[in-house]
Amino acid sequence: MTTLSDPPRESFRLSMLINDTRYRAYTFQFIALMLVLALFAYLGSNLVANLRAAGLNISYEFLGESSNYDINQTLIDYTSQSSHLRASIVGVLNTLLVAFLACVTATIIGVIAGVARLSPNWLVRKLMAGYVEAFRNVPVLIWIIIIFTIMTAVLPAPSAFRGEDPDASMLFGAVAFTNRGLYLPAPIWGPGSLVVVLVFIASIVGVFAYRRYATKLLYDTGKLLPMGWPSLAIFILPTLLVYFLLGRPITLEYPELAGFNFQGGTQILGSLIALWWALAIYTGAFIAENVRAGIQAVSKGQTEAAASLGLRPKRIMNLVVLPQALRVIIPPLISNYLNITKNSSLAIAVGYMDVTGTLGGITLNQTGRAIEAILLLMLFYLLISLAISALMNVYNNAMRLKER
Amino acid sequence: MKKTAIFGALTVAGLAAGAAGAATLDDVKARGVLNCGVTTGLVGFAAPDANGEWNGFDVGVCRAVAAAVLGDPTAVEFVPTTGKTRFTALSSGEIDLLARNTTWTFSRDVDLKFEFVGVNYYDGQGFMVPKALGVSSAKELSGATVCIQTGTTTELNLADYFRKNNMDYQPVPIETNAEAQQQYLAGACDVYTTDASGLAATRAAFENPGDHVVLPEIISKEPLGPLVRHGDNDWGDIARWTLNALIAAEEYGITSANAEEMAQGTDSPEINRILGTEGNLGEMLGLDADWAKRAILAGGNYGELFEKNIGENTPIGLSRGLNAQWTDGGLLYSPPFR
Repeated sequence: MTTLSDPPRESFRLSMLINDTRYRAYTFQFIALMLVLALFAYLGSNLVANLRAAGLNISYEFLGESSNYDINQTLIDYTSQSSHLRASIVGVLNTLLVAFLACVTATIIGVIAGVARLSPNWLVRKLMAGYVEAFRNVPVLIWIIIIFTIMTAVLPAPSAFRGEDPDASMLFGAVAFTNRGLYLPAPIWGPGSLVVVLVFIASIVGVFAYRRYATKLLYDTGKLLPMGWPSLAIFILPTLLVYFLLGRPITLEYPELAGFNFQGGTQILGSLIALWWALAIYTGAFIAENVRAGIQAVSKGQTEAAASLGLRPKRIMNLVVLPQALRVIIPPLISNYLNITKNSSLAIAVGYMDVTGTLGGITLNQTGRAIEAILLLMLFYLLISLAISALMNVYNNAMRLKER
Repeated sequence: MKKTAIFGALTVAGLAAGAAGAATLDDVKARGVLNCGVTTGLVGFAAPDANGEWNGFDVGVCRAVAAAVLGDPTAVEFVPTTGKTRFTALSSGEIDLLARNTTWTFSRDVDLKFEFVGVNYYDGQGFMVPKALGVSSAKELSGATVCIQTGTTTELNLADYFRKNNMDYQPVPIETNAEAQQQYLAGACDVYTTDASGLAATRAAFENPGDHVVLPEIISKEPLGPLVRHGDNDWGDIARWTLNALIAAEEYGITSANAEEMAQGTDSPEINRILGTEGNLGEMLGLDADWAKRAILAGGNYGELFEKNIGENTPIGLSRGLNAQWTDGGLLYSPPFR
């Protein structure tokens, strides 16, 4: 009789690193890692050696020095006497502002266009297909420049609003479209305006509370309360009431032509508008495709089942299709938001002072600290991108298919 | 695949970083071409003509250096640079010489590690406005929107000037002169500010130059000159003395027309030394004896270059002013060739 026995345990030999499939992969990965590390070490020492040869060093002291230049859009207090660090922060805020506006607008455009691409109406479907193909396939820099050039060339200069019989006039006497941007009335917060704002916030909370109560009532008792007009009433009425009771504490300041420009009110820079809308319509086209793909990923049987239960088409979309489609839509949406943020660095093409324009542009140029400024810039974009994707991942997890 | 691309990029970056630092003269001779940084286009100073040939006052400096070093004024590769890219281009070794109406300042010289080899145009910052605005002085510009080339000293001067005079303004930062021109003509800014010579050159390119005025205020000193990298003094000397040769040539009456004739020998020892018939100045520079003669023949002496490109008989119409020879009450003063 033969006896079965385990094969004798081989002791580890050095040649097994190459010959044994169990270890070979690790060997090569280790070698590759070493090569990469060596390359980075070489590049780093090369940089240091070249900097030393040119008599330069790495130093971030310039951030504390006064910047000596002015910026046309500052969300925080800033003068030419402020430090380079503050100029960078102004730039960061400008980047975040345009990225936020463009993300919101792109999402709205994208969802509408994506749903409309699946419309049973032939004309709507083809129009949206045209929009997606045209905007997706032209570089975003071209769109930024096109919009900006059209704005400067077509819209009137502020001087056209001057005189007895001006060439241009303000819309409703309140809004001026000029080639320097949009001038809007700005609110003046008088005494008591805080109360109005608080009431407004409270009524928003009230709307949500009412809707939640109505849903609960529907589930518990089957009684259907009207949603539309009570929400609207809760939203508007208390604020209006308080506003007039307190004697209209919030007034509007209208922009007026004074000197070279409009004074008073709020100005939205032409460069901001160009950048914002170019990013929004360009990325909107990508989001539209994501939305379409997401909706088509939901099996047709779901729609048919919902229809056979008697749901109306709008409810099928809102209650059955979109919640399932969102799971497919959100992950690519995150990368679209990241793209918007990163593409906003094209701002310099129209002279919008984002962080690439201040820290990576004027500060870099006036101090000559190229390596330091670029490293800082990379760090900023890295941080902001990671933050956006972290936030969106939280949302994605909340929306994910719950596996129980 | 992804890794390969990264490796490729890193290798290129590593090689590019290793290239700078060798002796520039040897590099230029080996290459047979001088890489000269100029503006992206400023009529009169550096702009390509209808045939794609670069012409202008700064271009003349490039051609003179190429003629002195390589014996051929056309052996120049012109690299258009913006206010932002010019210094990186020079310090990375992409260009050998930067002749791009660049202001000589302390920090550029000392902190950015460049060497200004002289001044080829004494300038100052001015303002241009449309006549229709009815503005006659820069002091009336409070509240104006100002177009400005970003990455220049004018940006800093502007901030200082408005702060000093307690005026506010809205800057519109712009990359190139051509963009500034378009924005200014469209009325997107009320004022365009840059060096006065640049304003004159820009205005000359307008359809109706008469509709625009350059305001009388000059708010800064802008000595414009060619520059090279720190640390290669031999190359710096060549650029410096080529420029000085052009200036001295005007002072002593050497022109592109009579340089050949004078090179036969004159009774002025200084002219003889410049033209290489006496002494061994060329040898000291590491060039041959005829270097300065070739530089002068390339486009003429300083005065000829000025008159041909930006002088009173050109559309730009600048007078010599501060840029006259010291003997005529100007600031141009070449050290002696001895």
